[in-house]
Amino acid sequence: MKQWVLAFLAVTAAATSARAADAPASPGRYQAVLGDCEGCHTAPGGKPFAGGTVLETPFGKIVSPNITSDRDTGIGSWSENDFRRAVKEGLSPNGKRLYPAMPYPAYAMIPDADITALWRYMKTVAPVRHDVQSNLLPFPFNIRTGMALWNWLNFKPGSFAPTEGKSAEWNRGAYLVTGPGHCGACHTPKTLLGADRAAALTGASLQGWFAPEITSAQPRGIGGWSATDIVTYLKTGWSSHGVASGPMAEVVEHSTSQMADTDLTAIAVYLKDRPASQNIVVPAVARNDPALQSGAKLYQNNCVGCHGADGKGEHLIFPPLAGNAVLMQASAENPIRIVLAGAQSVSTKAAPTSPSMPSFAWKLSDAEIADLLTYVRNSWGNSSPPVAAESVTKIRASLRGGS
Amino acid sequence: MAQLLPHKDVVIMGLGWTGSILAQELTDAGLNVVAIERGPWRDTATDFNIGYMPDELRFAVRKDLFLQPALEAMTMRNDVSQTALPMRDYSSFLPGSGVGGAGVHWNGFNWRFFPNEFETKTHLTKRYGAKKIAELQLEDWGVTYDELEQSYDRFEYVCGTSGKAGNLKGQIIEGGNPFEGPRSREYPLPPLKMPYTSTMFSQAAKELGFHPFPLPASNMSKPYVNSLGVAMGECTYCGYCERFGCANYSKAAPQTTILPVLMKKANFEVRTECEVLKVNLRPDGKTAKSVTYVDAAGREFEQPGDIILLCGYGLMNVRMMLLSGIGHPYDPGTGKGQVGRNYCYQTQGSAARLFYEGKHFNPFVGSGALSSGLDDFNSDVFDHGPLDFVGGANVSCGTSNGRPIGNRPTPPGTPRWGNAWKKATAETYQNATAVGAQGSSYPVRGNYLDLDPTYKDRHGRPLLRITFDFPDNDLRMSHYLSQQLAKIGKAMNPKQMVVSQAAKGWNSVPYQTTHNTGGATMGAKPDTSAVNKFLQSWDVSNVFVLGASAFQQNEGRNPTGTVGALAYWAAQAIRERYLKQPGALVPA
Repeated sequence: MKQWVLAFLAVTAAATSARAADAPASPGRYQAVLGDCEGCHTAPGGKPFAGGTVLETPFGKIVSPNITSDRDTGIGSWSENDFRRAVKEGLSPNGKRLYPAMPYPAYAMIPDADITALWRYMKTVAPVRHDVQSNLLPFPFNIRTGMALWNWLNFKPGSFAPTEGKSAEWNRGAYLVTGPGHCGACHTPKTLLGADRAAALTGASLQGWFAPEITSAQPRGIGGWSATDIVTYLKTGWSSHGVASGPMAEVVEHSTSQMADTDLTAIAVYLKDRPASQNIVVPAVARNDPALQSGAKLYQNNCVGCHGADGKGEHLIFPPLAGNAVLMQASAENPIRIVLAGAQSVSTKAAPTSPSMPSFAWKLSDAEIADLLTYVRNSWGNSSPPVAAESVTKIRASLRGGS
Repeated sequence: MAQLLPHKDVVIMGLGWTGSILAQELTDAGLNVVAIERGPWRDTATDFNIGYMPDELRFAVRKDLFLQPALEAMTMRNDVSQTALPMRDYSSFLPGSGVGGAGVHWNGFNWRFFPNEFETKTHLTKRYGAKKIAELQLEDWGVTYDELEQSYDRFEYVCGTSGKAGNLKGQIIEGGNPFEGPRSREYPLPPLKMPYTSTMFSQAAKELGFHPFPLPASNMSKPYVNSLGVAMGECTYCGYCERFGCANYSKAAPQTTILPVLMKKANFEVRTECEVLKVNLRPDGKTAKSVTYVDAAGREFEQPGDIILLCGYGLMNVRMMLLSGIGHPYDPGTGKGQVGRNYCYQTQGSAARLFYEGKHFNPFVGSGALSSGLDDFNSDVFDHGPLDFVGGANVSCGTSNGRPIGNRPTPPGTPRWGNAWKKATAETYQNATAVGAQGSSYPVRGNYLDLDPTYKDRHGRPLLRITFDFPDNDLRMSHYLSQQLAKIGKAMNPKQMVVSQAAKGWNSVPYQTTHNTGGATMGAKPDTSAVNKFLQSWDVSNVFVLGASAFQQNEGRNPTGTVGALAYWAAQAIRERYLKQPGALVPA
C-alpha cells in the first residue's frame, strides 16, 4: 500500500509540472502570443521581455527595449494609457516617437479591451533590470521627431473593419494577419521610407533574409498549400512544402506555435485568398545547361545524403527541396544564405528536433554555390531563375560583415 | 577556496547516455538538475558537420573526439607482481569525452543481455555445480531480466533500434534471435539492409544448422521519430560510425535522441568544460552534500545537491568513488572491499579472416552495427558440460566501413610496404571479409581497479590503475570459439582463411574494444557489490553510480543496451521510491 501511495504521489507530481507548462494562456498572455511581442522583446538567451534584440533596418540598427515591469529600465512606471498609446500610436509617455520597427501601424487595430488584457499580463512579467540603448540609428534617422512627418505620410490609425461578404473566419484571419500578427512587417515590400507598398504580402527582403510571398501565388506563394498544410507549418514549423528557419523560426517559436488552432485556420483561409503578385511559372533552366550539370554533381556530393536524390527530404528532420516555395522566390537570398551559413529549424512542442544544416561556406566557391542552387531551384518540378555567382559573392561579403 | 553555488536537487557528473537519460527523467519529475561535463558542448551541425565528418585521419586515426591522456590518463599492468605504467595514449580502448560521451562515437549495437546473465552464479552453479566456476568470482546482479524488460524497451524506442525480435512474449519468431529473452514488443524499426558478406554468412550458418539474425542496430533503417518526439534520418550506410559523430542524424546518440528536448527545459542546465574533482561527503560519511569542480579557467566551485549521480564512463565512476571515499576499496589479496572489484573487459581475439577472388564486397557501403550474427555459441546457450570453460561469444559478419586508411586487408605473407603491398591491398579491398567473435569476460580475483600509488593527474589526484589479464577460462573459451569460426568460415568457401584466437598478456596498445565493465558492481549483498539493485551506493545513500561499472561480468555482446536499460531502471527507482523516502532503498 505504501509503495502504491508513493508511486501515485510521484505520478501526480510529474503530472502537475507537465500541466503547468501546458496551461492555457491567460487572455493577456494570448495577446502577447498573437502580437509576437517576445519575437523582438526577448533576446536569444535573454530574460523574457527584457529587450536587447538588435533589429537591422535599412536605416540602421534599432535595439528592442526592455518592457518588463522594472521601474527604471522597463515600463514599470507606465500607466495603462501610456501602454495603449505606445502600442497603438507609437508614442512613448515621455513624448518620444517610436520607430515603426515597433509595428504600431498594425497594432492600431487591436481593440482597447485586448490592450487592457495585455497590459494586465505585462504587469505579471518578472521585472528585469536591463538598460537598453534602443536608438543606434545614424543621423538623420536618429532624430525621432522625424517620425511625426512619417506618421503623417504613412500612418492611418483605425480599428479593424470587417469585410462584408466574407466569412467570420476570413475576417478573423484578416484581423490577425494585418493586425496583431503584423505579417506584413516582413512579408510586404516597403517604400523607400519603410512604409508598406500596395502589393501586400508579396515578399520582401530584410535583415539579410527574404520573407517569401505568402499570397495565393503558385509556386512562389502558398497557393499550392492546403489550409491544413499552413496550420501545421505555423504550429510545428514543418510542412511538406518547407520548414521554418531564420526569422520565421522565431515567429513560430514565440507566436504561431502557441496560437489556437481556430486562429491558425483563420490565418490560412485569409492568406489563401490573397491576390498573387504573379502566377507565371518561370521556365525551368534547360537540363543541358552547364550550370545545371555542374550543380547536379555538387548536389550528389554534398546534399543527397540528407535531402535525397528525389529532393523530398525526410519529414521532421530534412526539409524538402522539391516544391519548396522558399527556394522558388525570385530572390535566391535565403537559399544562398543557408548554404553559406547553415540554418537551424525551429524547435516546437510538436517537432522538438530542431535539426541544423551545416555551413558550406568553407567548402564551396561562389560559382559552385550558384550552380548548385540553380540545379536545386530547377529540379524535381522546381522552376526559378538561375543564380549568379555575383549574388553569392555579395551575400558572402555581407555575412562576413556580421550583419 | 571553492566558491559555494546555489543548491540543486540533482547534480550529475557527465552528460553522456546515462547522464542524459537521468536528467531527462528527473527533470520530468520536476527536479532542478545540473550536469557537470568535463568535455566540450557538441552538436551535430557544428561538431559532426557533414562536410568534414568523413575525415578518417582526424577522427579515426588522431581520435579527435576521444578523451586525451593529458586530461586523464590511466596506468596498467597485467598482474599484481608488476609495476603499473601510465598508458601514454588511449589505444586498447577509447573513452569518450564531451557532451554525448561514448554515445557519440559508438557503432550502435544495441543488445539485451540474456535472462540467465543477470543470475550467472546461480544459473551456472545449478547447471554445472560450484566446482565448474570455482576459479571465477561470479555474482548475481540483484536485478532480473524481467524487472529490466521495460527499461530495455524504453531505451530501444528512444534510440530507434533496427532489428528483428526472436522472442515476442515467449513466442519464438522466425528470423530473429531464438535464444534471446522475451520482448514485450517488436523492435521499433525493421533490420538494416544486409550487405553481401552478411548474406553469405547467414546462408552458410543456416546450412550448418545455426540461427543467424540481423544484429540490433541503433542506426536507422528508416526515418524515425522517437518516443520523445525527436526525429532521426535514415542511415546512408556511409561507413563513418565508430569513432565519428553521425553527421546524418542516423545513429542514436544523446544529441539525436534526448538533448533536443532536455536542453529546452528550464529546470535543466549543463556546465561544459567543468571537471568534477571530488564528491564531498557529510561528516558521518553516509550522505554526500556536494561536488567540487573546476572550470576551464581553473576556478573551483562547490555545487551542493540532494542527489549526486555519477554518470561518467564506468572507469571514471570507479575512480571518483575511490577519490571521494565512497565505499570500500577492493583488495585482491583478501578479496574484501567492493570498489574496483570484478573489473572485466571483452575477449576479442577470435576471428576468421576470409580472402576471396572476384568478389565485390563493397565494404565502403557500411554502417556501425550492420552485421548478421548468431548466438549458438554465446553465454550458456550451448552445453558447457563437456567443455573446460563457461561463457561464450556472439559470432558475426558484416561491413561497418571500408575507410581508406584503416581498411587495408592483405593476405598472410604480403610484404608490409612497397609495390607488392600496394598490389595486394588493391586486389584484396573488394575480396576480404571476416567472421568475428565478441567474447565474454568473466571476473577473477586478480583483475581489479584501484588508485595508482605513483602517478597523478594535472590536479594532483592519483590516476586509476587497471590490473588485468585475460583469465584462463576466457582464453579456453576463445580457443573453442575459434574452432567454431573456422567451421563457419570454411562453409563460406574462401580461397584462403586465417584463424586467430585471444592470447595471454593483455596489451594496451592495439585497439580491442571500449567495453570496460565492473568496478562498481551491482548486487543483492553489500559485501560483494558496491551498489544495490537500483545502482545506489550501499555506503552513501544519495549517490547513484550509473553505467557499465555496475556489470558483475561482461558478456559476449556490446554493453550499451544494458547501460541504457539500467539508467532507466535507476531513474524509475529514484522517481518512484527514493524521492518519496530518501535513504537506502535496500537494507544493507
